[in-house]
Amino acid sequence: MTGFLDNVLNGLALGAVYALVALGFVVMFKASGVLNFAHGSVLLLGGYLIAVLHDDLGFAGALALAVLSTAALAGALDRFLLQRAGQDEQAAHIQTIATIGIDILIFTDLARRIGGDLLSLGDPWGDAVTELGPVTVADSRLAAIAVSTVVIAAVFALFRFTPWGLSLRAAAEDLEAAALMGVRLRRVRALAWCLAGGLAALAAVFLAAFPAPGLERTTGQIALHAFPAAILGGLASPVGALAGSLLIGLTEALVVGYESDLHVLGDGFGEVAPYAVMLLVLLVRPTGLFGAKGAARV
Amino acid sequence: MSERLLGLLRGRPARTLLLAVLLCLPPFYLDAFWLRIGLFSMAAAIGAVGLSLLSGTAGQLSLGHAFFLAIGAYGYSYLASDPGPGLPPALAACCAVLLAGAAGGLFSPVAGRVKGIYLGIATLALVFLGHHVLLTWDSVTGGFNGRSVPPLTLGGFTFAASDPELVVLGVPFGAEERLWYLGLALFAFTWFTAGGLLRGRPGRALAALRDSETAAAVMGVDVARHRAAAFVVSSMYAGLAGVLLALAFRRVVPDYFSLALSIDYLAMIVIGGLGSVAGATAGAVFVTALPLLMTRYADQLPLVTAPGSAEGSLGPTEAARYLYGAAIVLVLLYAPDGLHGLARRARARLARRRTPSGGRNPAASASATSAPSSASPFSPAEPAAAAPRSKEHTP
Repeated sequence: MTGFLDNVLNGLALGAVYALVALGFVVMFKASGVLNFAHGSVLLLGGYLIAVLHDDLGFAGALALAVLSTAALAGALDRFLLQRAGQDEQAAHIQTIATIGIDILIFTDLARRIGGDLLSLGDPWGDAVTELGPVTVADSRLAAIAVSTVVIAAVFALFRFTPWGLSLRAAAEDLEAAALMGVRLRRVRALAWCLAGGLAALAAVFLAAFPAPGLERTTGQIALHAFPAAILGGLASPVGALAGSLLIGLTEALVVGYESDLHVLGDGFGEVAPYAVMLLVLLVRPTGLFGAKGAARV
Repeated sequence: MSERLLGLLRGRPARTLLLAVLLCLPPFYLDAFWLRIGLFSMAAAIGAVGLSLLSGTAGQLSLGHAFFLAIGAYGYSYLASDPGPGLPPALAACCAVLLAGAAGGLFSPVAGRVKGIYLGIATLALVFLGHHVLLTWDSVTGGFNGRSVPPLTLGGFTFAASDPELVVLGVPFGAEERLWYLGLALFAFTWFTAGGLLRGRPGRALAALRDSETAAAVMGVDVARHRAAAFVVSSMYAGLAGVLLALAFRRVVPDYFSLALSIDYLAMIVIGGLGSVAGATAGAVFVTALPLLMTRYADQLPLVTAPGSAEGSLGPTEAARYLYGAAIVLVLLYAPDGLHGLARRARARLARRRTPSGGRNPAASASATSAPSSASPFSPAEPAAAAPRSKEHTP
């Protein structure tokens, strides 16, 4: 039983981190109709900056700087590169493929710098653990759940209560009508990308923290697991992204936890379990769990 | 119009013949290194043409191409060799292609209903699940170390270094020379079948589907069936490419068939120009040959160092990846119709210069101005005129 609780808590922590990434995907998709394949590399860049800077600036300083840098980078990519191709749906398709090219560029450069190293991010939790009744949890996992909850709540508040959030929702609903009402599409879009970039740097911290060994060149690929999470939820729905992330996180943790009982499926099935879940969901609901509106956009 | 048609009839067979003869020559003049580049390029071109049908013509994003390549490659090596049924290799190759098609068909409940970006992610799942199966299903795939590929035999003739020994015009014909002609034949088959598909009824139906699903459905196109069919055909081309790749590599390993390979194929069709056979071919040659050439000439290139030198320096593989990452971004944002569109516009400009007030002028400039729409339909005049392009890229 404790084993089960352990796995569930691990799954929740993992889901909370995926939610940060998946929410980024959804925000960018809502604002621009583009699925950003370079998001994993942006996340890796955030982690790399923290790893390099934390000796000089301390963890908090490095984190702040990394969040600002990735936000600026994502915003600039959108504003100065992708937006050249225009705003309509056809253009969004092209921009999606262009982000694959951007991903190759950023990843090649970072992979060259990181090489085979394992970088420590110098986070304050280290390998400390906390006893919660019968289960033992790593502090970093608890921190992941707490921080993600706060940040995600803040993002939802942004959507709901700020003028920018209103503009974003209007633009996602109908680009032309929003433009006619005076929504500055370019700015709204670029800001959405900034937000997503910042979230990615934050997610990098928890993806590299204990019990993970540290930041490696493949950390960005782990972020790809947030793809199924975003798709599951329906890509245009922030709530769906949350639900999808928790589902994916729990699945992955449970499959890894009970690997010995599931050896029919082969070693390391936990790595690919999110994709299996996604295929099953797409078979039943081709537009995701919450994605009735999202379908009209694509 | 009739004048143009006459010109086409006069020009096209002659040009095709010339091109075929030129492509048959390299084994007599080039060494194995260049022939291998050519082989990989031809295999890549076959796969890229398949993906181009799906992504360019039908407008469906697919990142699962590596999975179908793997089915072709592994299917052939399993069916034709010892831990496996041990079918005659030629039969095994056909079965492998059909197997890839069947896998595409199994995926059709998803492929027929899920569209655009959603399909891209759904097919991402195929790559990861497929890679997992390749690693863990030891008895069939050989696990991490992969399995070796038996050479192809056709009626007593083996596509390998010996059996029978063969010397043509004083040139000893080893595996590369023989496979070159096999690849050429398969590529020609791909070129003509895909061109026919695109020009015919199915191609038009798919293009209509891409441009507007509702309009296409109203005109009587069965949406789900055509989407699924495009997926099946594309995976069969991928299977064929996989077989050829397996024959060229002589060993298949799981790590080759990763997401990076799928992205390579996407890069090929994007750089070449979406929705055209000639463009996909040019893109395939570019993406395949670039890293190999850069590795070979690393010591003569500025800024690039030989592989395995000091850490932090720019190796040839990385340099090639920078180049083609940048190529994707630049092509998409500044010339969305790719190399194929650039070639067409250059041709139109030349034609305009040659005949300042000629009768062909309006047609040429019309095709030039319609170019910027990302994936333009395949017009009948293109294959003949675009063919010499790919020749410049073929080593």
